[in-house]
Amino acid sequence: MFDSIIQNLFNALQWGSFYSLIALGYTLVYGVLRLINFAHGDIFMVGAYIAYFIAIFFFKGSLALSGTATLALVIPLTMILTAVCGVTLERIAYKPLRRKGANRLYVVITALMCGLILENGNLAFLGASRKSFPELIDKVVYNFGMISMTNLKIWVILSSILVFFLLNTIISKTKIGMAMRGISYDKFAIPLMGIPIDTIIMVTFILGSSLAGLAGIMFAMSYPILDPFMGALIGWKAFIAAVVGGIGDIKGAFVGGFLLGIVEILVVAVFPSTFRDLIAFSILLIILVIKPTGLFGVAKSTKI
Amino acid sequence: MKKFSIPLLLAAIAIGTVVAAHFELIDLYIQTIIMFIGVNIILSSSFNIINGYMGEFACGHAGFMAVGAYITSILNVMLFTSSKTFGDPLLSPELALWFFPVTMIIGGIAASITGLLVAIPSFKTRDDYLAIITLAANFIIVSLFINMDSLGGARGFMGMKQVVFAMEDVVFIPWMLIWTFIFTYFVVFLIRRFVASTYGKGIIAIHQDEIAAEIMSVDTNKMKLVAFMFSSGLAGVAGGLFAHILGYINPNSFNILKSTECLVMVYLGGMGSLSGSVIAAILFTLLIELLRFIIPAADTLIHLLPIVPDTFHLSQVLKWVIIPFILVILMQFRPEGIMGNRELSDFFPKLKKYYEFK
Amino acid sequence: MSLLKIDGLTQQFGGLTAVSNFKTEFQGNELMGLIGPNGAGKTTVFNIVSGFYKPTQGNILFKGKSIDGLKPHSVTGMGVARTFQNIRLWHDMTLLDNILISQHYNLGYNLFDLFLRNRRYMDNEKRMKNIAMQLLEQLDLVQFKDEKPKNLPYGIQRKIEIARALSVKPSLLLLDEPAAGLNSSDVQDLIKLISWIHKEFDIAIWMIEHQMAVVMSLCSWIQVIDFGKTIAQGTPEEIQNNPDVIKAYLGDDKI
Repeated sequence: MFDSIIQNLFNALQWGSFYSLIALGYTLVYGVLRLINFAHGDIFMVGAYIAYFIAIFFFKGSLALSGTATLALVIPLTMILTAVCGVTLERIAYKPLRRKGANRLYVVITALMCGLILENGNLAFLGASRKSFPELIDKVVYNFGMISMTNLKIWVILSSILVFFLLNTIISKTKIGMAMRGISYDKFAIPLMGIPIDTIIMVTFILGSSLAGLAGIMFAMSYPILDPFMGALIGWKAFIAAVVGGIGDIKGAFVGGFLLGIVEILVVAVFPSTFRDLIAFSILLIILVIKPTGLFGVAKSTKI
Repeated sequence: MKKFSIPLLLAAIAIGTVVAAHFELIDLYIQTIIMFIGVNIILSSSFNIINGYMGEFACGHAGFMAVGAYITSILNVMLFTSSKTFGDPLLSPELALWFFPVTMIIGGIAASITGLLVAIPSFKTRDDYLAIITLAANFIIVSLFINMDSLGGARGFMGMKQVVFAMEDVVFIPWMLIWTFIFTYFVVFLIRRFVASTYGKGIIAIHQDEIAAEIMSVDTNKMKLVAFMFSSGLAGVAGGLFAHILGYINPNSFNILKSTECLVMVYLGGMGSLSGSVIAAILFTLLIELLRFIIPAADTLIHLLPIVPDTFHLSQVLKWVIIPFILVILMQFRPEGIMGNRELSDFFPKLKKYYEFK
Repeated sequence: MSLLKIDGLTQQFGGLTAVSNFKTEFQGNELMGLIGPNGAGKTTVFNIVSGFYKPTQGNILFKGKSIDGLKPHSVTGMGVARTFQNIRLWHDMTLLDNILISQHYNLGYNLFDLFLRNRRYMDNEKRMKNIAMQLLEQLDLVQFKDEKPKNLPYGIQRKIEIARALSVKPSLLLLDEPAAGLNSSDVQDLIKLISWIHKEFDIAIWMIEHQMAVVMSLCSWIQVIDFGKTIAQGTPEEIQNNPDVIKAYLGDDKI
């Protein structure tokens, strides 16, 4: 009994790591731009596909590098390329709207539509056949009594925690982080202070998208079947995690991601797996009704 | 006489189409498209109440459509047909004709009660958080139906064709086409009356300044409740029609993609424009059907070029790249949609002679 | 019975006491002023009276009935109308609609009458339209009835906001800085308008205002608050010469 709880908790931490990493991307962009970047889940999908193509190129192609060497190349390259993808999206779709001072709603709709374009564009051009990700590192299983842990799962959990602390340092200690926090308070005053707002926004998208890319690599390694719609549901749920934590707050996103992971794994442990989404979303609904700003969010009062 | 010209025109279109369908002048495919146009008009104009007139950003309209579709289908299948799930019909199948509108309305009422799921949270929160709540409501409703194994679960629910056959056994005319026309006209008529009244304009006041609305004696919570329940109830009616037109429903046909279709139609037509919603629904449905032919044609065309490999084909999925792309372009260059918040009669003042939008 | 009686009103936001132990009373149709430096808690008092905040302590009696804790729309329905510091009109609706929607407190029909468009609906819509048109005529705004407020000059917008508040047939009108952002000739018009409304509609008016010219020439009784506390009250002459008021506005000269 105790063993199975620990085992489930461990699985939940791994599952929550993906949510956390993607939720951090949502929350970063929201914190700076007050924009729900609905395309973010699909950026994660793009990240997984980029990782796949890079891995195939180095691992299976004429180069035929070793698994570890491939992985060492896959991680930075994927993160960079996914970041490029995220920034391109920002530059092409969101920035012109922002320049025009368009209603926030139009940007949100654009984001939603860009997500659909990425999903279906992928399906249309790469085909419906699922890609399976090559096994880059040998699976090692550690057994502690009844609990089994794989090296991959441990790496996933550790790296997501590491990334969070890194990100937290960037946000709270560096000048760029300070500017990011500044924009979320007053985006009109920031340019007047001589801070290049577009650069800061670009950095935000680079950070968010590269985290999604990292999540994509780790997801592809853990569940090596890729399909174009993999980002949609995980993206929505990561978004929910960010909201439950209080969107705009990176601590909230991180905790919310793990919380959602734990809830889902526990639900599956008790109920049939089809109930997973039902219960996860119901919990979200209840949390938002009781505390509309999420767990860490601060209510903004409207001045009358 | 001029006052009646628009109703007469609408009646002529409906009767003309039904007669043409009856004598098989238009084939089943065209009939289905016409019926889908009707369903989409109901969906977009009812969604416009929330996202256009009230200015919220809800994105779970398909959830309420699902409730209406399931309730209406279950009632009709249970009452008028013999099915594996519910056994023998409870009433004589001939009655299906008379009870069909009743079951549609019951489906609508059920959907509007589900609308409470988003209406009550909307008292305290709006914008992004409300968007998420509606989204969650959509997911919850769909996964509820997926988990109801007695209703077919993820495989879906069928038997509604038998209901339509039961109606056709009484009088052999294209009943679903008739019902679609009746309900579409009725819904647009109701929404028109609603938003033209001082009562209904309260939701526009909420859109433009909620605090001012509350202080100027508009009971904002009550108005939100009314708007959400009205809108989701009509979505339920659209769902009921949809189920009987297809004869088969599946929880996944009411997922977030369907809600996105509703969003596309509302913003294409223009927030807060009823005629915009109607026009957008017609254009959107036709566009989807046209793409069904354009994409294979384009596929043959590009294969005439020597550089395209034979293995590569343009798939129908491209439809879902093109439609979002149109909306992205629209948001860049004409974010207010086709009509903005104006009506047809604002563009063509001469129309006012024939009908007054009030 | 007095029109409005506020006693021991205290409002705390977290640790901050925005209003403390505030008292006032309207016997009949007075025109009173509420002044004080920025951040003194004046608008908070209005927000409490109009129902946006539930006071931490104290009670508010309007026509003998307690109104604290009521929703703003119910308070308005009982006869307390207000305007805002920053104009809050529905900018994308015609002026006529702006006035019509404010009739929500007294629609006289329900949703079913609306869908059936029956006698009751038609009669009430007509009645409300008449009320609105009459009001627009009285305030000399008829020529703008189909204009959208966003396209009108600022001074007219101020006037429209007052007209809209009057359309709920209030017994007490709260004006929150009606002269803010007006030039000196507009201010003169506003003074005339307010005193005309006071007489013509025979209602009590309570106003917050920073322009002393407006307050001194209109109000019969002025209450001064600073940091949420009442520091003085009296007739305009008394207030002008009150040392505490001068200190609150100009600071202590013994620096």
